[in-house]
Amino acid sequence: MGRRASIFNIVSVTLGLAFLYLPIVILVIYSFNGSRLVTVWGGWSLTWYRALLSDRAMIDAAWTSLRIAALSASAATVLGTCAAVALTRLGRFRGRLLFSGMVYAPLVMPEVITGLSLLLLFVALDVDRGFWTISIAHTTLTMCFVTVIVQSRLVSFDRSLEEAAMDLGCPPLKTFLTVTLPLILPAIAAGWMLAFSLSLDDLVIASFTTGPGATTLPIRIYSEVRLGVKPEINAVCTIMIAVVAVATVVASLASKRGAVRRERAGA
Amino acid sequence: MAEAATQEQTAGDRPLVRFAGVAKRFGQITAVEEFTLDIGEGEFFALLGPSGCGKTTLLRMLAGFETPSAGSILLDGEDIVAVPPHRRPVNMMFQNYALFPHLSVAGNIAFGLRQERAGRAEIAERVAEMLALVRMPDFGRRRIDQLSGGQRQRVALARALIKRPRVLLLDEPMAALDKKLRAETQFELMELQRRLGTTFVIVTHDQDEAMTVADRIAVMDRGRLAQVAAPSEIYERPNSRWVADFIGEVTLLEGMLAEGAIETVLGRFRAAMPAGGRKRDTVWLALRPEKLHIAAQRPADGNLNAIPGTVFEIGYRGDMSIYKVRLADRSLMKVALANTSARGRASFGIDDVVWLSWPPEAGWVLTR
Ligand SMILES: Nc1ncnc2c1ncn2[C@@H]1O[C@H](COP(=O)(O)OP(=O)(O)O)[C@@H](O)[C@H]1O
Ligand SMILES: [Mg+2]
Repeated sequence: MGRRASIFNIVSVTLGLAFLYLPIVILVIYSFNGSRLVTVWGGWSLTWYRALLSDRAMIDAAWTSLRIAALSASAATVLGTCAAVALTRLGRFRGRLLFSGMVYAPLVMPEVITGLSLLLLFVALDVDRGFWTISIAHTTLTMCFVTVIVQSRLVSFDRSLEEAAMDLGCPPLKTFLTVTLPLILPAIAAGWMLAFSLSLDDLVIASFTTGPGATTLPIRIYSEVRLGVKPEINAVCTIMIAVVAVATVVASLASKRGAVRRERAGA
Repeated sequence: MAEAATQEQTAGDRPLVRFAGVAKRFGQITAVEEFTLDIGEGEFFALLGPSGCGKTTLLRMLAGFETPSAGSILLDGEDIVAVPPHRRPVNMMFQNYALFPHLSVAGNIAFGLRQERAGRAEIAERVAEMLALVRMPDFGRRRIDQLSGGQRQRVALARALIKRPRVLLLDEPMAALDKKLRAETQFELMELQRRLGTTFVIVTHDQDEAMTVADRIAVMDRGRLAQVAAPSEIYERPNSRWVADFIGEVTLLEGMLAEGAIETVLGRFRAAMPAGGRKRDTVWLALRPEKLHIAAQRPADGNLNAIPGTVFEIGYRGDMSIYKVRLADRSLMKVALANTSARGRASFGIDDVVWLSWPPEAGWVLTR
């Protein structure tokens, strides 16, 4: 039947992929450009990566970004997992619908609005803006993604495993820690990775909530690009792409392996 | 009366488990109702009934996963309704086995002992003992996903037995096994129960399974107890048409009770009077297919009940043939004939006129 790829299909897939990835591929290739001019090819070279090593400001920004991403991803994972457990396990408690609505709202909320409202909150509370405010803002932003991932795992979780543990003398909290948690760990890890990547490349919310002391990598890149694209930027972005890609692949492998194992164990 | 006496005899004066007027409702649905039952120490007890009749709910109430809406559950004379599952000296083998996929076979079996903070050496020793008990001595290090269905079933059994529970609960333990393996496992389970002396309560919808393994069976119908007795008692002397029909094959003839006999549209058949039955009551004569005799002529013995009919259908089953014989009122009566001769098929064909006969004590009169 018409299952074989027609010319039309091939062309549209190629165009679609090109549209998505051509800019990235060009960026990656040009990060290895030997020429100082961004638009002229000057042969392969690692000049810009070397230049990056001596760019103190850029390295500081990268370090700030990594710390914020690790901290906010960890906080979001703890809070998001708790929210997921509450939503799947507490049954129909009062205000459940409101609670789940509130958890998921940041998922669809325009970032500008989230950023602005957080800025207003921090100003109203009169806290110094910087590392901590960005971390809190990123926790708010990424928590709902963790909740979505962990909740979808918990919904398919076989409750009789928990019952079996309790039947064998394990109290409820210990059951959660020794049976439930290890089994949903791949989903939690995937949630953490996603939160980490989201935090790492966020520009909008970070710009709203940052202060004089803390410049994240995206903010740094953006401000440099406004003065003209330097080849160093291409090198930074290539490294970021690599980090995010690795995180995403690890996360999806982790959750897939969990699913395969589960299937084979017939649970 | 007769029923209560049998139950008293087998469950003993001090039953191990007692359900007293237990009911369980899930919103509008009533899963279990007015359920009263005693289970004795060391019994192999079966809860039998069609799917959805509340067997699992009953077992889950005993394990502590559901709280009764009414009534009490006693273990060793003490009400355990308020005791949480992890503090009950009762272990359960789950229908889907519920083995922990992140632990090895040995890790699964040791789980219960670990909760008691048993020492390393003791755990290792008891796990080895359990693995030997279920005849899987070399499987301790295997992962759960490397086991076959039958092996998983054994691991689940070992895991539930390691804490030496007062009662072992088994929810449809053989439902996932193929027929041949199921038959073997039934006998293994019986032998295991005899050796350990532990009280087993098994839930099943398979009447052959219940009859094979259990010392006593409680037959359930829509959340209520229909009859509780030894397997042979339930088969030979069911207390209602529902039980007679649920357990094995039966033909029921409706009639009116007379002195030492029952009057039906097909004639008068001699039978033992049911306990508490009065003359002119509407009753039913239950006849099991294997208790009937089939012949070409009316039997000479005047003591036998006899009825003519024509062969309507023959089902060949290998060990026996099931004849469906059409009677004068166009109803069908089932007769089983063992194929004892090497040639197999017996000598009657479709549309042959035959006589069915049975001695008075082979029939059983039901009053409801
Ligand atoms: N958690 C529950 N919520 C609502 N209804 C339930 C629940 N558990 C069981 N039931 C209902 O109770 C009845 C008995 O169920 P169950 O005990 O599982 O039957 P069985 O094990 O005999 O097949 C069924 O009608 C079932 O739908
Ligand atoms: Mg069931």
